[in-house]
Amino acid sequence: MSAVLGQHDHAHGHDDGHHDDHHAPTGWRRWVFATNHKDIGTLYMMFSLTMLMIGGVLALLIRAELFQPGLQLVNPELFNSLTTMHGLIMVFGAIMPGFVGFANWMIPLQIGAADMAFARMNNFSFWLMIPAGAMLAGSFFMPGGAPAAGWTLYAPLTLQMGPSMDAGIFAMHILGASSIMGSINIIVTILNMRAPGMTLMKMPMFAWTWLITAYLLIAVMPVLAGAITMTLTDRHFGTSFFNPAGGGDPVMYQHIFWFFGHPEVYIMILPAFGIISQIVPAFARKRLFGYASMVYATSSIAILSFIVWAHHMFTTGMPVTGQLFFMYATMLIAVPTAVKIFNWIATMWRGSMTFETPMLFAVGFIFVFTMGGFTGLICAMAPIDIQLQDTYYVVAHFHYVLVAGSLYAMFAGYYYWCPKWTGVMYNETRGKIHFWWSLIAFNITFFPMHFLGLAGMPRRYADYPMQFADFNAVASVGALGFGLAQVFFIFFIVIPTMRGKGEKAPQKPWEGAEGLEWEVPSPAPFHTFETPPKLDATATRVIG
Amino acid sequence: MKSVFNGLASWMWAAALWFGTGVFSLAHAVSDLPGGPGVNQLNLTQGVTKISADQAWLHWFMLIVCTVVFLAVFAVMFYSIWKHRKSQGHKAANFHESVAVEIAWTLAPFIIVVAMGLMATKTVVAMKDTTNADLTIKATGMQWKWGYDYLKGEGEGIGFVSTLDTAQREMSNNGGPKKGEVVEDYLLKVDNPLVVPVDKKIRIITTANDVIHAFMVPAFGIKQDAIPGFVRDTWFRAEKVGDYHGQCAELCGKEHAYMPIHVKVLSAADYSAWVAAEQKKMAAKMDDPAKVWALDDILARGEKVYAANCVACHQANGKGGGPIKPLDGAAVVLDADKSKQILVLLNGQNNAAMPSWKALSDTDIAAVISYTKNHWSNKTGQLVQPADVLALRK
Amino acid sequence: MSSSAHGTTPYYFVPGPSRHPAMAALGLFFVILGAGQWVNGAEWGKYSLLFGMAWWLFVLYQWFGDAISESVSGQYSRRIDISFRWSMSWFIFSEVMFFGAFFTALWWARAHSVPALGSLDNAILWPGFKAVWPSLAAGVTASPAGTVEAFTTMGPWPLPTINTALLLTSGVTLTIAHHALLVNNRSRTIGFMWATVLLGIVFLFVQGYEYHHAYSELNLKLTSGVYGSTFFMLTGFHGFHVLVGMLMLLFITLRLQKGHFSADNHFGFEGAAWYWHFVDVVWLGLYILVYWL
Ligand code: HEA
Ligand code: HEA
Ligand code: CUA
Ligand SMILES: [Cu+2]
Repeated sequence: MSAVLGQHDHAHGHDDGHHDDHHAPTGWRRWVFATNHKDIGTLYMMFSLTMLMIGGVLALLIRAELFQPGLQLVNPELFNSLTTMHGLIMVFGAIMPGFVGFANWMIPLQIGAADMAFARMNNFSFWLMIPAGAMLAGSFFMPGGAPAAGWTLYAPLTLQMGPSMDAGIFAMHILGASSIMGSINIIVTILNMRAPGMTLMKMPMFAWTWLITAYLLIAVMPVLAGAITMTLTDRHFGTSFFNPAGGGDPVMYQHIFWFFGHPEVYIMILPAFGIISQIVPAFARKRLFGYASMVYATSSIAILSFIVWAHHMFTTGMPVTGQLFFMYATMLIAVPTAVKIFNWIATMWRGSMTFETPMLFAVGFIFVFTMGGFTGLICAMAPIDIQLQDTYYVVAHFHYVLVAGSLYAMFAGYYYWCPKWTGVMYNETRGKIHFWWSLIAFNITFFPMHFLGLAGMPRRYADYPMQFADFNAVASVGALGFGLAQVFFIFFIVIPTMRGKGEKAPQKPWEGAEGLEWEVPSPAPFHTFETPPKLDATATRVIG
Repeated sequence: MKSVFNGLASWMWAAALWFGTGVFSLAHAVSDLPGGPGVNQLNLTQGVTKISADQAWLHWFMLIVCTVVFLAVFAVMFYSIWKHRKSQGHKAANFHESVAVEIAWTLAPFIIVVAMGLMATKTVVAMKDTTNADLTIKATGMQWKWGYDYLKGEGEGIGFVSTLDTAQREMSNNGGPKKGEVVEDYLLKVDNPLVVPVDKKIRIITTANDVIHAFMVPAFGIKQDAIPGFVRDTWFRAEKVGDYHGQCAELCGKEHAYMPIHVKVLSAADYSAWVAAEQKKMAAKMDDPAKVWALDDILARGEKVYAANCVACHQANGKGGGPIKPLDGAAVVLDADKSKQILVLLNGQNNAAMPSWKALSDTDIAAVISYTKNHWSNKTGQLVQPADVLALRK
Repeated sequence: MSSSAHGTTPYYFVPGPSRHPAMAALGLFFVILGAGQWVNGAEWGKYSLLFGMAWWLFVLYQWFGDAISESVSGQYSRRIDISFRWSMSWFIFSEVMFFGAFFTALWWARAHSVPALGSLDNAILWPGFKAVWPSLAAGVTASPAGTVEAFTTMGPWPLPTINTALLLTSGVTLTIAHHALLVNNRSRTIGFMWATVLLGIVFLFVQGYEYHHAYSELNLKLTSGVYGSTFFMLTGFHGFHVLVGMLMLLFITLRLQKGHFSADNHFGFEGAAWYWHFVDVVWLGLYILVYWL
């Protein structure tokens, strides 16, 4: 039986041998009352996967509507709701909680801690997402339909939305509170609970990237909360923050939103960088090249992310100095990102590589994410962005970095760590099928969107001129293919491994993997490192 | 499990095939729209302004630099993937740090991106220079149409509203162009295009009445948000006569996809002729707000106004739908106090979900109110005169 | 569970399964469900909101009860104390960013949107509007559309200044209480804590009176254009924080009376004190930016 769903066997790690009263709680209580970082991590991942399905189905509805010119399936109002809720659910429901799930499972294991710093608050962070997620998903059934103002929720369009907008705003407040508590937990765990000898500069990259991500979250989630609170009071209490008739300004909303929004996109990519930085060395059988510069690059990305937000607003009409500043600042982010890409490649260089599924997804990530990074750079160039802003080019850009970036990294991480989570190996052939299928379908879906955007097809359009028909049809077919690849992933990889079907996983299934998570048995016992382990000089092995 | 897998796989293949054939049978015989999108167009629109040419150049420049860097970087990676594999018997080396290399590959991208920025700087400055325009036009975004007012230069005083061709809007609702049906300017055809002279610097001032819209014409290389309560501006100087098409590029509610922009660029002589004709038409159209209308005349007029402005939301049956309030049997419409409904039309309601219609003439407003008060099941017999409206305008 | 340490303090205490988090989340479900409906005019929303709040507070009460008994029974090691310190600091940082959003709104309105609305360019939209922050004289407001009734702004004198004095004094009394606790002078600690709580309560009353004055005499309301919006949002959000901080101090005081906390172990006390000082500092920002400038 696996550690994820089933009962626990009583095989304890050598590190907690002296306790004999360690029975995992059972039944529904185990999950609802959980205080165990591994169980909570599992809950987060299940939540994320569910949201990926819901968000994905919404995406498929969008693509189905756009398969041909003309309205066939939905009316334009519903179409806008689909787009909005797809964006919100994917960002706040699928990607962010997914990475928090990874953090919960792996960070205590990686740094040799017994659990997260605040185990009950950890569970609270998770359970807060349930009412919020229910409110968001339920908003489709409210009078007036789900919010339809785009995931960016620009004023004053939000002022015209029905009651579901308020449900959405409160749901986002709750999600924000959940993220902030989760981030505090992660930061404190990392800062205070590392095993002796695990200095910050010996810490695994995944923990590093999450440390910085958590900092970003704490800094910007409250700003989003502020922006939507003002939306709420403008809607119901007669304030005029975004209403020019009373001296306010709709563009102020955008500044505040993007001050959150831009760091938010790095929140969705930094943990991905962390996962890739674990996997590439493991399968190159060679230490990560330039560890220190990876840490500095990650920090630089985080710092720069605060001064580039207005690259989303080049067409709002800002002064020429503003455009120049934000153009240059944005482009600078390519530098630390370049350092990361180069370091990964240098890690592979003269390694001894094998290409199991985690590595395939990691290499796929590097390759396809870089394409998305380059289109980001093209968007960052203000004169070009005047043409591209709010077209499908932007949609292509961000799906390259979000799907082929964040989502691929999660796939990579799943394959890499699921032996530790479940105690069984996934089926390698199926993993490879999933990879190639996803890669091809992904590019069929999103590559043509570059052309659509360059040709001027605006985003958030329910219907479009006939000249855009063919590429839209191709994208829709690709989307269906990509979606089916994920159905395959869920049914033929995730569910079997969770049910413990498959070859039994050894303690360290990957020859070149390093780190404390491989020092405990597979599946990881319910309790690990209850007393801090003694580490060797590199802080990658337990010596006592 | 295996059989489920096989079953699902064959089902997926079938679905893929079905979609694949769908795509090919679908390929419409549509051709490029001059001044608008091309069929399967791969790159930026070949524009007719200096700015759009600069943008196209910059895009090529970026594309080439990025492709070169991309190929260089991934050549190294794939070489390594090819050679340094375990299956090739390659043993892992043991280096993992080199300050010199790190500095080099931090500086190189830094220099490249600064060079990129420098290339763009001149164009940014040029784009933002809206001074010394020959003609200034205000473009007002409204849910869901564009209002154009010629503020300064030849044609000053002209003003009109431009909406999507209603037949095309209908067509969209009915599932789009039918198989074999070719509509070159599908969703791009408007009743009243914006008309400007060639080779003149045109300054477009954008603003909006309700929510944010964006005025975009790819062939001119412009896109400028239209923000309620504020003005923004942009400019272009079209170098070729012709018709140019764009669309609203900021999510503005349900009809966002249906507020196209059509700019007609005319030679100087043609433009002057157009201005003259337009001014004559305006003079003729100027209704005397003091005129007292008979019920039948005003209802006929009101029906037209309703069809042009109100039907999109309130529907032909006057029942509205969703958040849109019905007019049929509505209390405000039936109210004996006519001023209530007049005020709603003048000022809007529900945070501009019902927008303000004060841009319409007094006669039009009076006509459409009279119409709604006497149509469907509403049989009030009330008649609103233009003077009533004028009296309530602030 | 790991909580079953045999009388000794574990290296890092990890609580066993607990129903509080899920129950608290359930309470908040009723809160957001109700709030979302109430603002849209559904009466039942109010009851859902109140029920959810009550539920949530009840759960929190039990939750804190558990935590306190764990603390009192010596489960919390030094290391946990450090965790608490870090977490409180990061929480306060998040609050700083929250206030930052509203301060930014104020700055943007004053430095950008109102001047822009009154600029030459905008004269084609708002011909009669002169940009003045926030109202030039009776009858002129920062409302281009003229939709805002005339109002008078809230000056720093006398109420806000009284409030400044109250808060500053409360900072002092709190510090005295802390010093007393450090030397184990419990009665002095408790006395000064009560003083601090009282000052907080008086502050809230004065602010309530100030709002009443604003509404009834100055005609300054939430609807008074962007000045009213930022004024009430900033001061209201701050007032809410004062309320929360005051409640924290109140509970700490009650715990002190029950004999909790010692000279060398009283992070609960310190956390509340940090929070109170933070609220204090934000007030000084408000006092200068909202009332004086
Ligand atoms: C994971 C999320 C993610 C990430 C990582 C990024 C990364 C980047 N993004 Fe993206 N972006 C989004 C998510 C993301 N973005 C989203 C969601 C939106 C749309 C939001 C909305 O409107 O709904 C958006 C929109 C967006 C815009 C606005 C477009 C518009 O609306 O008009 C811009 C403009 O500058 C931009 C730029 C960039 C840049 C420069 C990067 C850089 O960080 C990329 C850096 C990477 C590289 C450059 C590649 C690797 C580098 C090398 C191989 C080295 C060599 C390179 C050189 C020397 C050039 N992004
Ligand atoms: C954060 C991550 C993320 C992810 C992963 C995705 C994934 C996808 N997205 Fe997108 N998307 C956004 C974030 C994301 N997206 C954002 C932020 C926007 C902007 C919104 C806005 O404009 O406001 C956007 C907008 C957006 C648009 C533009 C809409 C418009 O402008 O109107 C489109 C159009 O094609 C699209 C498509 C897709 C597709 C086809 C996928 C596919 O990759 C999805 C594939 C996944 C699945 C299909 C799920 C698979 C699982 C199942 C199907 C399970 C079935 C269940 C059972 C059988 C039990 N997305
Ligand atoms: Cu107007 Cu979109
Ligand atoms: Cu960005």
